Parts: sequence; structure tokens; C-alpha cells
Amino acid sequence: MAFLMRRLVRVITVVLFVTFFSYFLLNLLPGDPVDTIAPFATKEIKEAIRKENHLDRAVPVQYWFWVEKFVQGDLGYNYTPSSKNPVADDVKSHFPVSVQLVLYSILLTMLCAIPLGVFTAYAAGSRLDRGINTVLFGAFSIPDFAIGLLLAYFVGVKLGWLPNGGYKPFGSGLWTHARTMILPVISLAIAQIAGFTRVLRSDMIATLQEDFITMAKSKGISGKRVLWRHALRPSSLTLLTVAGLNVGALIGGTVVIEAIFNLPGMGLILTSAIRGRQFIALQSTVAIIAIGYVLINVMIDLLYTVLDPRVRNVS
Amino acid sequence: MTDTMAASSEPLIALRDVTTYFKTPRGLVRAVDGVSFSLERGKTLGIVGESGCGKSVLSKSIMGLLPKRNVVRGGSIKFEGREVGQAGANELRELWGNQMAMVFQDPMTALNPVMRVGNQITESLIHNLDVSKDFAQETALQLLTSVGIPEPSRRLRQYPFELSGGMRQRVMIAIALACGPKLLFADEPTTALDVTVQAQILDLLDAQQAERFMAMILVTHDLGVVAGRADDIMVMYAGQAVEKAPTRTLFAQMRHPYTEALLKSIPKLDQASHTRLDAIGGRPPDLVHPPTGCRFAPRCPYAQDRCLQEAPPLVSHDTPGHEFACWYPVGTPEGAEALAKNQAAGIAATVSGGN
Ligand SMILES: Nc1ncnc2c1ncn2[C@@H]1O[C@H](COP(=O)(O)OP(=O)(O)OP(=O)(O)O)[C@@H](O)[C@H]1O
Ligand code: SF4
Ligand SMILES: [Mg+2]
Repeated sequence: MAFLMRRLVRVITVVLFVTFFSYFLLNLLPGDPVDTIAPFATKEIKEAIRKENHLDRAVPVQYWFWVEKFVQGDLGYNYTPSSKNPVADDVKSHFPVSVQLVLYSILLTMLCAIPLGVFTAYAAGSRLDRGINTVLFGAFSIPDFAIGLLLAYFVGVKLGWLPNGGYKPFGSGLWTHARTMILPVISLAIAQIAGFTRVLRSDMIATLQEDFITMAKSKGISGKRVLWRHALRPSSLTLLTVAGLNVGALIGGTVVIEAIFNLPGMGLILTSAIRGRQFIALQSTVAIIAIGYVLINVMIDLLYTVLDPRVRNVS
Repeated sequence: MTDTMAASSEPLIALRDVTTYFKTPRGLVRAVDGVSFSLERGKTLGIVGESGCGKSVLSKSIMGLLPKRNVVRGGSIKFEGREVGQAGANELRELWGNQMAMVFQDPMTALNPVMRVGNQITESLIHNLDVSKDFAQETALQLLTSVGIPEPSRRLRQYPFELSGGMRQRVMIAIALACGPKLLFADEPTTALDVTVQAQILDLLDAQQAERFMAMILVTHDLGVVAGRADDIMVMYAGQAVEKAPTRTLFAQMRHPYTEALLKSIPKLDQASHTRLDAIGGRPPDLVHPPTGCRFAPRCPYAQDRCLQEAPPLVSHDTPGHEFACWYPVGTPEGAEALAKNQAAGIAATVSGGN
């Protein structure tokens, strides 16, 4: 319990730090912020916008007002010549898409990388291991957007097997939903699979040299059990660390992949906020992504304590 | 009846000319280079030699625990009359746990750090003896009690890092004993432990061995450890056996200069346990390019020209059952003459630091 409290405090600190920093940066943009947000508006409307966002106050005060609204679920508005739309509405509809994209990619990555890592470590040095390593190295060096474009073009357009863009929610049927997610998820996962497999492989090879593996073998238990029950867990700690460090890249990847496959996710909000110079909306979107990032890392931290009992006592 | 008679007269395990080489970038490391012995049920063989002479490699080689890659094994290993020297993993797995088990050198690294002690004991029971989980749990509890672990039911749920070194070694012994092996390897079971705990662990092994009528191979670099415990002793140097004898014979009339050096290096009780090996001057030979003659010659106070050219064979001389490989054995006129000659020539005796 105390452990969770400490994590919570850390989450809040990180999020405050990130959002304050981005708020500050956005305020460095030259010119009157209201002109930036709504260049089309009349003088009165501009004044209203200024009031609404407390842009007449000092930056730290503005920031604090923004925080206050944010925790109440008010994420500010997107201003267009004809209307102002609450950002919260966009987030509500777009957030699940990005979450799905990220979770599916992590899932696919682990489902492929763990068996591949275990196998290549077990068969280290064999022809098959070297073959797999070469392929993975190739996959690792292609950026995810290139894979995305290739898949969208060949599988989506040329072969027409799967849609090359668009999104169908889970509610419209599992297969209908899956069809729209397969290519984006694969695009995001490939480089990650390659990286994670190599990390796990090298840790696994080191673990397999350990005394306790020889000891486990000498008990007469099956080779499979030695690999999966004895060697995998202690070898997966670096993998976990790398996964945590990689969440940022993964989120960055989703922004691009969402654009390629025309998925209505957080990336879309982000890009349109940038294009429309909606820095209040941008600020809120960045904050939500930061929270997502931190939460995933907290989950990874929790997994650590599950995987390694020695950590439980330390932290 | 005749069957059991025949079975009991044949040794449990018999080695002939066992070799184990490692292929390395530097060349072939001859870690074990032609070792033979046999051991009967209920008996203890002590294997003694200084660090790096191939004791652990020999034990692992007998059990078939070494990796296949870059390891070249030769010779014959017969377990209950069955050749297992080149057995594959599946065949070996039937032996592991049930027939042969090993207590490893370092209890700090030989237990899985992220698995509960209980599961590490029960898994071999469940797997090898096909018993139920509850039964295995119950057996594990009894095992921990029998190896002298207090509060066994609490220990079952703990992780190795929560136990002291001595406790871990007891757990390891419990794991090794779990499936009732006929042959137990104890590879320097006490070197990593406090002096006070060492004797307790050795006594525990002794008691369990007698109770279960196991054969035991007790590996150590300390002649003092095997003195009161082993039936036979094999002294190893640079991958080879240099002297082999029943324990009493060995101590009464040791013949090999290396054995003599080992004996002189047994620490006094008040000495720290790792000072002992430094007592023998010089270093063991390179196992990639061992000396052509006797491998001990560069460090031997008895060495003569002949030793540098011809390797002495391991054969029995005056007493049957007592074998040694030396041209100028300790306690013989030839030996005394050789030693005197060297001392006269000013070649300082390297034994016991040259005093
Ligand atoms: N995998 C390996 N590859 C190459 N050489 C090895 C390998 N394993 C062991 N050796 C070498 O074989 C020799 C014997 O090692 P071994 O571990 O059997 O020594 P030991 O008698 O058990 O010593 P200690 O008392 O330190 O445990 C050593 O010189 C070691 O360097
Ligand atoms: S006397 Fe010669 S043969 Fe005997 S141990 Fe010394 S060097 Fe080897
Ligand atoms: Mg050893």
C-alpha cells in the first residue's frame, strides 16, 4: 500500500513536471497567444478567449488555472472560425483507439519476442539462430512508418486483403475491428519484436550459464521446464527495463502510424492541434499522453516486483 | 537372489580413462585427462586437489551436465553396469535426480533466485516420482526437517535470498536427496560457508549417506575434510589422478609428492580457510600445453631429469589398491635420494614455502 502511494506521488510529480515544461515552452511562441489560437476572431471574442484561459495572467498562474481545470476534466477548447469544441470530447472518442493500438502492439511484441528470444538463446550459435538474428536485424533497421507504408500499399492496396486505413470499434464485431488494427499493429510491433528478442536472447544466454540452471537440469526435470520456469523469469528483467524505456518511442510511433492508417487516435488530435496552433488543446493532449506514458511505466515497475522477489524488499 | 548378489558385487559406478576437453580459442583445455575409478554402494570416494585441477569438471562430466558444444568427452562411464558416457539428454534425465544428484559448490548461485524454496524442492518430486502436489509438499517438509532447517513450513515459502549460506546449502542437500539418489556428488559443499557451518554440513551429508546407503563422491581441496569421512581417496593434479588409495593407507604411507604437499598445506584450525592453497609453491600447469613429463615436475621437490621426460604411469606398487604416479615416491629410498640430491644442489624445496 505504501508502495502504491509512493508510485502515485511519483506519477503526479512527473506529470506536473512534464506539463509545466510544455506549458512554458508553448508560451515562448512569439506574439499574442490569443492571436495564435484564433486569428480569425473579432476583438470581443478574443477578449473572451483571453479571459476564459486566464491568458492575461502571469505564466505560472495561467498554468495553475489550467491544472485546476484539467483535473476537473475540462481540457479546454479547439477554436475554429465557426465554433469552439471541447477537447475532452475529442479525447473521449480518440483515446481508446490509441490505447488499443499501444496495448495490441505490446501484446503482439511480447507474444513474438518471448518465444523467439527463448528459442534463439536455447539454440544460440545454430544456423537457425543466426538466420533469425539476421532477419531481426533487418527488421530492426527499418523505421516503423516505412513498414506501415509498405504494408498499407502492398497488403492494403495491391492485395486488398485488409483495409489500408480507417477504424472500426470493438463493438462492431471482433473481426471487423481486428481487420482495421492488424496492419497498424504489425507496423508498430516489428521493430519492437526485433529489439526485444535480441535483448531477451542475450540475457537468456547469460542466464543459461548460471549454476542454478545446471542445478535445475540435474534435478531431472524436462528441458522445457528448465527454459521456461527457471531461465525465463530471471532473464526478463532487462527486457522489462527496455520495454519501459521504449514506451516513448512506441507512443511516438503511434502518432505516425495513426496518420498513415487514418486512425482517429490521440495522434490525430495532436497533429490537428499543432496544425491549428491550438496550444491549449495541445497542452492537454500532451498531458494525457504523458499520463499514459507514466502509467505504463508504473505497470512495468509493478511487474518488476512480481518477477523478482528481491526487488520487493528493496523498494 | 543370484541377481541381487551379482548386482551388489559390481560397482555402482565405474570410470575408465575418462577425458573431458574444452575447445577454446587458445586450444584444447585438457581439464580431465584420463581418470579411472570405481565406487560401490554406500561408500564414499574423496576427490582431492587444488583449485582448477578438474574436480568440478569431472563431477559434471560424470553426470553428463556439461554442454555439448565445444566439449569433447572420452572414456567409459558405467552406471550399474550400463554405459552412460555418451548418453543423450533424454537418457540422462532418467538418471538425474533419481539415480545421481549433485550438491553444488556455491549455494549462493546454485539456487534459483526468483523461485520459492518449496517449489525448488517439490518440482523434482512431482516430475520424477509423479506424486501429487500435496504429497510432494509434505515430503519437502520432511526433507527440510531432516536436513536440520528450523521452521521448515515457513522456509518453504521463502526465497533463497532470505536464507543464510548454511541454510541454502541445507536446502540444496534437501533438493539433491529428494528423489532418493543412489549416488550423490558433493562438490566442495562447504568452501563457500563459514568454518563453523562447514563441519555441520559435512556431518549432515555423512548422516544422510549412512541412512540412505548412498554412494557419495566428496570433492574438496582440503585433505583434512575427507580424512575421517571417505573410504577411498583420489588425489588429482592437472586433470589426472596422481594417487589413489583407501583413506587409511593413504595417510599411513602416502607416496606422491603432491599428496604430501597437500597434507602439509592442511590449515591449522585457527587459519582462515583460503590461505591453504598458497602453501604449495608455484602454480598448476597450463592445461592447454601440459608439461611432457610428470605434470607436477615444475613444482616437485623430488623432481629429477627423468621426470621432465617421461610421464610416470598410475600403477600400484607394493600395496594392492594403492596406486600412484611417481618415479621417486615419498618414503622410498629412491625418493629420499632424489630429495637429498635436489637439496644438495640448492634447489630449494618448494613444499611448505621453501623452509
Ligand atoms: N567451460 C570451460 N571452458 C574452458 N575451460 C574450462 C571450462 N570449465 C572449466 N575449465 C577449466 O578446466 C579446469 C578445471 O576446472 P574445475 O572447475 O573442474 O576446477 P576445480 O578443480 O573444480 O577447481 P575449484 O576448486 O576452483 O572448484 C580449469 O583450469 C578451468 O579453467
Ligand atoms: S618425483 Fe618426479 S614423478 Fe614424482 S611427482 Fe615429482 S616430478 Fe613427478
Ligand atoms: Mg570446483
